[in-house]
Amino acid sequence: MGFENFGTVSFTAESKVADFITQLEAGKVMATRCRKCGGSYFPPKADCPKCLSSDVEWFEVKSKGKLQSYTVVNYGPSGFENDAPYILALAEFDEGIQILARLSRDIAEKDIKIGMNLTVNPAKLPDNRIAYEFKRV
Amino acid sequence: MEDIAIVGAGQSAFSRSCGESIRELCFEAYKEALEGLDITGNDIDASIICSAPEYDKQRSPSGLISEYLELTPKPTFYVETVCSSSSTGLRVAWSLIKAGLHKVVAVIGFQKMSELSSRDAAERMGRGGDIIWESPFGVTMPAGYAMYARAHMAKYGTTEEQLAKVRVKNSHYGVTNPKANYRKELSLEDILNSEVITSPLKKFDCCANADGSSCIILARGDVAKGISKTPIWIAGLGAATDTMSMAGRESLTGLRCAQEAARQAYKMAGIKPQDVDVAEVHDCFTVSEILAYEDLGFAKPGEGAGLIEDKETYADGKMPVNVDGGLLSKGHPIGATGGSQIRTIVRQLRGEATEAQVEGAEIGLVHNIGGVGQYGNVTIVRR
Repeated sequence: MGFENFGTVSFTAESKVADFITQLEAGKVMATRCRKCGGSYFPPKADCPKCLSSDVEWFEVKSKGKLQSYTVVNYGPSGFENDAPYILALAEFDEGIQILARLSRDIAEKDIKIGMNLTVNPAKLPDNRIAYEFKRV
Repeated sequence: MEDIAIVGAGQSAFSRSCGESIRELCFEAYKEALEGLDITGNDIDASIICSAPEYDKQRSPSGLISEYLELTPKPTFYVETVCSSSSTGLRVAWSLIKAGLHKVVAVIGFQKMSELSSRDAAERMGRGGDIIWESPFGVTMPAGYAMYARAHMAKYGTTEEQLAKVRVKNSHYGVTNPKANYRKELSLEDILNSEVITSPLKKFDCCANADGSSCIILARGDVAKGISKTPIWIAGLGAATDTMSMAGRESLTGLRCAQEAARQAYKMAGIKPQDVDVAEVHDCFTVSEILAYEDLGFAKPGEGAGLIEDKETYADGKMPVNVDGGLLSKGHPIGATGGSQIRTIVRQLRGEATEAQVEGAEIGLVHNIGGVGQYGNVTIVRR
């Protein structure tokens, strides 16, 4: 299986990094690292453009992230109408990567502060879909 | 260096729904671009058609538009960098002439966005990001810029009121532009009280989808002098790219693609930001114009909001910006926008602007961005 059940609406399914989904279902959010040159990637890459190796390994994003920015989306595009309002956010992690995801619905808008600590966690969505989201530490 | 000129520049009216086909829409801009020139379509050696393809049922629009304008059998092809497609087209046209392949090249940009509902259009635009990793979260174009706005506000103290002041200015000039879709002056209260689309951006912080076309005709210097009394010379070109994903961005307080494109264009033109007399910048959202002030060097990083606060970007200020109303007033028919910005600057440098004319303007700059800061294009022209 690939990305067909990822997020509210998925647009394409096949990828060499589809193992990401298997690991997400097992409770882990993973990134890739090149075994040859050490380059780390999120979104995960199956190939390393720095040294042209395709020998990459998975590692789990375990650190606390820092919120870089966010927006409350009140107007969802086609396919997302019933999700709105939702909060999109970008966070930076110690592993040298940034991740875009939604903030968990249990974080109230008044409690959001740029720079706040977050973790990234798998999130079950309706209809057996899956994604990841940011939670408060 | 200044051996290639813009000899013609036209655009259609920009509207919410044009009620015509894309070929007819393109004809309007083409006709205005050729007006007053001593050439016909037979003198055009090649055409470059620029748009974002996902709006059209027509596959490969270049051939269709070339046929309607009777530009066959001259070569035609398609160029795309979403919202900056026609600036990329201009860059390619310049290169074709510089390389000696052609003498006169037409750059035709268009978009008929009314083919889709606005939710469907928003979904297409969301797919202008990373469709595996980010679009499935419901990313939209306004949401991307909203995150830049929020980060800029947090780092530099920029306020929602300062963002709104950009729209106050641009709506003021939009009233005078007969080609603009939105021609109503807006007050600060109108803007601040409009509904929140994606915080902190409200309805009037956002430009509207539109139908429209633009056409720019470039010519080799010696030919340009023969066919136009007022050629406008291309002095500097810059282009750069940032990541498609938001996760790849180094900073959310400025557009790296615009900073790099500006650096290249200033270097090629041999000028500094303060030498620019009039500028058109890509104000798809109010925050985008403030980012542009800083990315282009009109203000230091973090001080962009001060320029609008002090009204320095009004027509009588020290750095007039978007005095045709900008995308916020004109509307933003994706593939046509860059050409429309060029047209405004050409008219300013010729002293022919029917909107606010910046007196004695000699050097103009166009800043045209594709996507949420993905493709940066800066063009500098002089009289």
